[in-house]
Amino acid sequence: MATVQVSEAEKVYILHGIRDDLRVDGRGCEDYRHMEIETDVVSNTDGSAKVTLGHTAVLVGVKAEIGKPRPMIPNEGYLEFFVDCSANATPEFEGRGGEELGTNLSNVLYKVFSNKHSLDLHSLSISPGEHCWVLYVDVLLLQCDGNLYDAISIAIKAALFNTKIPRVNITSDDEGGKEIELSDDPYDCMRVNVENVPCIVTLCKVGHRHVVDATLQEKACSVASLIIAVTHNGTITCSRKVGGGSLDPESIFEMTETGKRVGKALHAPLMKLLQQEESLSKKRVRVGFLC
Amino acid sequence: MAGIELLSDQGYRLDGRKATELRKVQARLGVFAQADGSAYLEQGNTKVLAVVYGPHEMRGSRSRTLHDRAVINCQYSMATFSTAERKRRPHGDRKSTEMSLHLKQTFEAAVMTQLFPRSQIDIYVKILQSDGGNYSVCVNAATLAVIDAGIPMRDYVCACTVGFVDETPLADLCYAEESGGVSSLALALLPRGGQIALVQMDARLHQDHLEALIEAATTACKGVSKVLDEVVRQHLQEASVLTGED
Repeated sequence: MATVQVSEAEKVYILHGIRDDLRVDGRGCEDYRHMEIETDVVSNTDGSAKVTLGHTAVLVGVKAEIGKPRPMIPNEGYLEFFVDCSANATPEFEGRGGEELGTNLSNVLYKVFSNKHSLDLHSLSISPGEHCWVLYVDVLLLQCDGNLYDAISIAIKAALFNTKIPRVNITSDDEGGKEIELSDDPYDCMRVNVENVPCIVTLCKVGHRHVVDATLQEKACSVASLIIAVTHNGTITCSRKVGGGSLDPESIFEMTETGKRVGKALHAPLMKLLQQEESLSKKRVRVGFLC
Repeated sequence: MAGIELLSDQGYRLDGRKATELRKVQARLGVFAQADGSAYLEQGNTKVLAVVYGPHEMRGSRSRTLHDRAVINCQYSMATFSTAERKRRPHGDRKSTEMSLHLKQTFEAAVMTQLFPRSQIDIYVKILQSDGGNYSVCVNAATLAVIDAGIPMRDYVCACTVGFVDETPLADLCYAEESGGVSSLALALLPRGGQIALVQMDARLHQDHLEALIEAATTACKGVSKVLDEVVRQHLQEASVLTGED
């Protein structure tokens, strides 16, 4: 993450602004920065999405591969997460520098997304105990300007929405051996139901209030933050405190309430946007990074 | 030759190009605001992001400091989803380390490092989607990023991969051609002086053909340099309109 240095005077300025519900860039405490979403940007993947939130930029690619189901849950497929903190984001990530942050982020993603309440893992099963679809969700951080969790979760939801898994036919021969046949038709595919996929909302405690979508400057002034995963109907699926510093129980309660409200409001426009883009299909002009 | 026919009798290639035709090159400078210089380049289906930080003070061990010029530090990495088969690690394997080294060599020949003694220039390239000619596309993207960072160079560095099939050199190979057993040559050129910054060939080729192949590569690189120059001029024009310095 690009490091920012904030002087005492700047800190006071930011703190006083937030107290009066007016942040340095003119937003209120519960407003997001300008967000851009585009799906289907990498044609080598089964589903992909690019999200920019202020200066934060993330690219998510989903690849579906056939694997063996976990022995304890033979009739479900599973997801694998990998976060690549590339040196593009900041020189500190060069070599193995980004690995720690990457593992941290992917651990949270496992907790938030890889359970049967957020995704229908049964639909990823091909033949119980033998074969299932494994969705490799690879996150690529291209630029960090605060609020990584939110940007990543939105990008993952968009990429999963965009994911097209080829249909399979299972034929068994006389000796009981099974053969898996993938459909050749690119339009004959299965989609993932993303209705219950949560979005993460990060709340930063700054002074006596908390803000949504904090920039690096605001993060430098905050004591600690709380991340909450919220589904479209306002159910909280995961919550954890990140960063040093401590929070009192009362403020955690308040932050959870805000997170629930903000997160719930995030889903409807996101889904509308994704469906709109999908309906354009071939008429759509792909922009990618060229604009 | 076994396998697919790379060049038809009518002189067309797998993707319908003629032997000397390049893939479509599209690029943009200044993709990211935080980096000192950045560029995005698409060459056919190969898509690359390049970012430049510096020149800045040496980071990490100071023993690498050079007292008469800047150190160029490159990292090549591929997104795990960039290839048809998923990669397990984005960088750090033997192939990408080699690629980083090649990039470093190429840019040491082009950047005027003597202007920045005791400092470091970081060039990071990331393949987002890979479809052949990875090295060349990286060089082209990195050139644009270095220009965007405002670091003086002797000339654009333009690179192109050429192959040799049926006595004919093919310019700008795609993945299907690269993996089809063609002897390929990667060349990085400083087009104005015709100086070669890097040449690399790992396959067998008769010496008699080498000249023709390098000739074809040089022509292709000059073609790329025209496109890159166009992109830079376009970008500067847009930037000058925005800042009101027409």
